[in-house]
Amino acid sequence: MIAFLARRLVATLATLLAASVVVFLVLEVLPGDPALLMLGTEARPDTLAALRGQMGLDQPAPLRYAAWLGDMASGQFGVSYTYGRPVGELVAERLAVTVPLALMALVLSVAVALPLGILAAARHGGAGDWGVMVFSQLGISVPGFWTGMLLVLLFSGQLGWLPSGGFPGWGNPGAAFAALVLPAVSLAFYEAAIFARVTRSAVLDTLREDYVRTARAKGLGWRAVLWRHVLRNALAPVVTILGLQFSFLWAAGTLVIENVFYLPGMGRLLYQAITQRDLIVVRDVVMMLVGVVLLVNLAVDLLYAAIDPRPRAGTGG
Amino acid sequence: MRKISLLVAGAAVAALSLAGPAQAQRRDLVIGMALEPPHLDPTAGAAAAIDEITYQNVFEGLTRIDGEGQIVPGLAERWDVSEDGRTYTFHLRKGVKFHDGTGFDSADVKFAFDRARGADSVNAQKGYFTPIESIETPDPATVVIRLSKVDGQFLSNMGSGDAVIVAPESAGGNRQAPVGTGPFRFSRWTPGDRIELVRNPEFRDASTPKLDKVTFRFIADPAAQMNALRGGDIDAFPLFGAYESVPLFQADSQFAVDEGSTEGETILSFNHRRKPLDDLRVRRAISHALDRREIIEGAQFGYGVPIGSFFPPHREGYVDLTGVYPHDVAKAKALLAEAGHASGLRLTLKLPPPPYARRGGEIVAAQLAKVGIQVEIIPMEWAQWLEQVFRGNDFDLTIVSHVEPLDIGIFDRDPYYLGYRNPQFAAVMAELNGTVDPAGRKALYERAQRILTEDAAAGFLFQLPKIGIRKAGVAGLWKNAPVPANDVTAAFWTR
Repeated sequence: MIAFLARRLVATLATLLAASVVVFLVLEVLPGDPALLMLGTEARPDTLAALRGQMGLDQPAPLRYAAWLGDMASGQFGVSYTYGRPVGELVAERLAVTVPLALMALVLSVAVALPLGILAAARHGGAGDWGVMVFSQLGISVPGFWTGMLLVLLFSGQLGWLPSGGFPGWGNPGAAFAALVLPAVSLAFYEAAIFARVTRSAVLDTLREDYVRTARAKGLGWRAVLWRHVLRNALAPVVTILGLQFSFLWAAGTLVIENVFYLPGMGRLLYQAITQRDLIVVRDVVMMLVGVVLLVNLAVDLLYAAIDPRPRAGTGG
Repeated sequence: MRKISLLVAGAAVAALSLAGPAQAQRRDLVIGMALEPPHLDPTAGAAAAIDEITYQNVFEGLTRIDGEGQIVPGLAERWDVSEDGRTYTFHLRKGVKFHDGTGFDSADVKFAFDRARGADSVNAQKGYFTPIESIETPDPATVVIRLSKVDGQFLSNMGSGDAVIVAPESAGGNRQAPVGTGPFRFSRWTPGDRIELVRNPEFRDASTPKLDKVTFRFIADPAAQMNALRGGDIDAFPLFGAYESVPLFQADSQFAVDEGSTEGETILSFNHRRKPLDDLRVRRAISHALDRREIIEGAQFGYGVPIGSFFPPHREGYVDLTGVYPHDVAKAKALLAEAGHASGLRLTLKLPPPPYARRGGEIVAAQLAKVGIQVEIIPMEWAQWLEQVFRGNDFDLTIVSHVEPLDIGIFDRDPYYLGYRNPQFAAVMAELNGTVDPAGRKALYERAQRILTEDAAAGFLFQLPKIGIRKAGVAGLWKNAPVPANDVTAAFWTR
C-alpha cells in the first residue's frame, strides 16, 4: 500500500511540473499584451513601456518562469494585475462559492441518482426503468444554462422565492445558501442523469454475475442480495465517475452556471482573468485546478483500492 | 384544502408587505453593469467600467461633463482663458476635502497633473496633458496652466475621468480603495460580485447626494441581466445588453426604458495601407454595398441611429451624410468592375467580442457577398484584437465603435491602425486644434465630416445606442452617455 501510494504521489508531482511548463508556454504564445489591454486604444508608447515595466513584463521569459515556480514552491502566489490583491486571497474568496456549490450539486445528484439507478435496474424493462431512462436522457441533453434560466424564470421571476443570481457572502448563511440552491439544482440535473445511468448499468451488470445467482439459489431474499452483494460490487464504477464528475463540476460545469447566476466563483475568476490577460491569476488558477483534479484522481484511486484490493497488489495504478 | 389556505396565507403576506409600514422612500440604489472594472483608478486605465463607477461619484476633475455633454464647473468653480488662448487660470472651490479628511487645494491639482504627464505615468490619456507647458500655484485656491499651443479640447479633456484630481496622500492606493472628493465614498469591493459606495457626509453641498448607498453589481450575461431586473435584484441597468428583451420592459409599467446615445461611432474600418482598400472606388463600392437599416435591424434589434460620417448625430456640428452612398448593389458592382475587380474580391473581417461587431459582422459579410466580395470572418478577443488589428495593423476590415467624445481626429493620427492619410483632412484638423471659438469649430467639424465621407474613409454604420432600463421609481440617471459614467449624484426614488 505504501509503495502504491509513493508511486502515485511521484506521478502526481511530475504531472504538476509538466503542467506548469505547458501553462506557462501557452500563456506566452497567447496573443494579447496585458498592458495594451489595460491602457486601451489611446495609450502612448511611453505609457505602455512604463506599465510593462511595472508589471514585470519586460523581464525575459525563463526568468519569469523560474520566479513563478519559486513563488509556488514557497506556497506564495503572485499579485493579480487587475485586482492588485494576492491571488491566494482572491482564490480563497472564490472557493467559498465554488466548492459549496459543487458539493451541493454532487450531494443532490447522488441523492437522487443512486435510488433512481437502483430502481431502474431492479425494475429492468418495466415502467420505472423507462421513466428513469427518460429522465436521464433529458438531463444529459438539456444544457445546464438553459435549465438554470428556466429555474430562474419560475422561482425568482414568477414565484419570487429565490434570488435570480449573485452571492451575498457567508456572513448571512441563509441568504448564501438560498443563492446557491438554483445553480446547484441546474448542475445536479445533468449530473444526476449521468449517475443514474451509470448506477443502473453497473447494478444490471452485477445482477448477471454468478455469485448473485448463487446467493439467490441459497435462498437469500431479493432485497438482501441487492444490498449485501450487488451494491457493494456495483459501486466501483460509480465512484470512478463520481470523481471524474467532481473534477468536471468544479473546473468546467461551474463556469457556465456561474455566468448564468453571476456568482463570483472560480470559473468566473478564471474566465475574467483570461479575457483581461491577468496572466498571473490565469497561471495560478489553472495550476490549482490541475492540482485539485490530480488530487481527486489520487483519492479515487485510493478509494478504488479500498473497495477492490486487486490494483494494490498488481501492476495497477 | 391545505394548498388553498397556503395560497391565501401567501397572498396575505404579500399584501402586508406591499402595504408595508408607511412606505419610506428608498435611499439606496442597485445598478447593474456588464463588466467589472479591473481596478478603480481612472487615471491609470482605459476600461470604461472604471469611470462608470467612479466618475463624479467618487472622483471629480477641475471641469465636469454633464449628462448633456456640456462642460460645467467641477472642482474649479470658474476659470479665465488668456487672450492668446494658451493660459488657463482655474479658481478652485474652497473647503473641499478628500474622503480621507485631507484638504484639497492647488497643490493637489499640480500633483495630479504632474503625475499624469510624468515619465512613469500610466495614464491612458497621457496625450491630454502633453500640451501643458507649466503648472503654477500662486495660492491654494488658484492654478495657472500654461499650454505650449492652443488646444481647443483642453477644457473638455480636463473634465474626463483621466484628469480627475487625486491626492499625493492616497493616489498609490486608488486602484483598490479610491479616495476622491466626490459625493460618494468607496466602501467595499467584493471581487466578481459588487462594489459599494456610501454617501460622503462631508460633501460641500448638503442636499447632494440624495442616496445613502449605491451598489454596482456585475452581470455579464444578457439573459442574466434581464432576470436580475425582473427578479428585482437590480434597480437599474444603464447600459443594458439584451436589446431583444427591451419591448418586454417597455410593456411593463414597473419599468422605464431610456433610449439614449453614446459617443460611439460604429464603423467598418478599412486598412488603408492594403490593396485594394487604398483604392477610393473599392471603398465607395463597399459603402454602396452596405445597408445600414438592415444592419441596425439585424445586429441591434433596431437600436442605433445611422451615421454617414464620423460624428455623433446628437452633437452640434453634425451633418447628415447618410444619403451620399445609398444602398445600391448595381452601383457597387460597377465601381468594383471599374477598379478591376469584376471577378470579385476576397477580404478578411476581424471582429472583436461586442455583439454589435459579431452580429453586425455577419450581416456586413452577407451584404458584401452580394456585390462579389467574399469575406472571411475571424472573431477574436479584445486582447487579440488590440494586438493584431490595432497595434499590428494586420487586417483588411474590422468593426469597432470608437467611444471617445469628439474623436474625429483619429483619422489624422499617424501611426494609427486605420492608416488613413489625407493632407486636406490633416489641414482641417490642424486648424481645429488651434480654434477655440465655438462657431469656428463647428464649421471645421462640418468640413471634416464631408471630407471623410467623400473619401469613403470607412464604412460608417451607426451611433452606438445607450439603452437603459430602470425601475419606474428611479429618477435622475443620465439618458445619454457623453462620457462613460453612471453619475448618481442626482439620482433618487420618486416612490
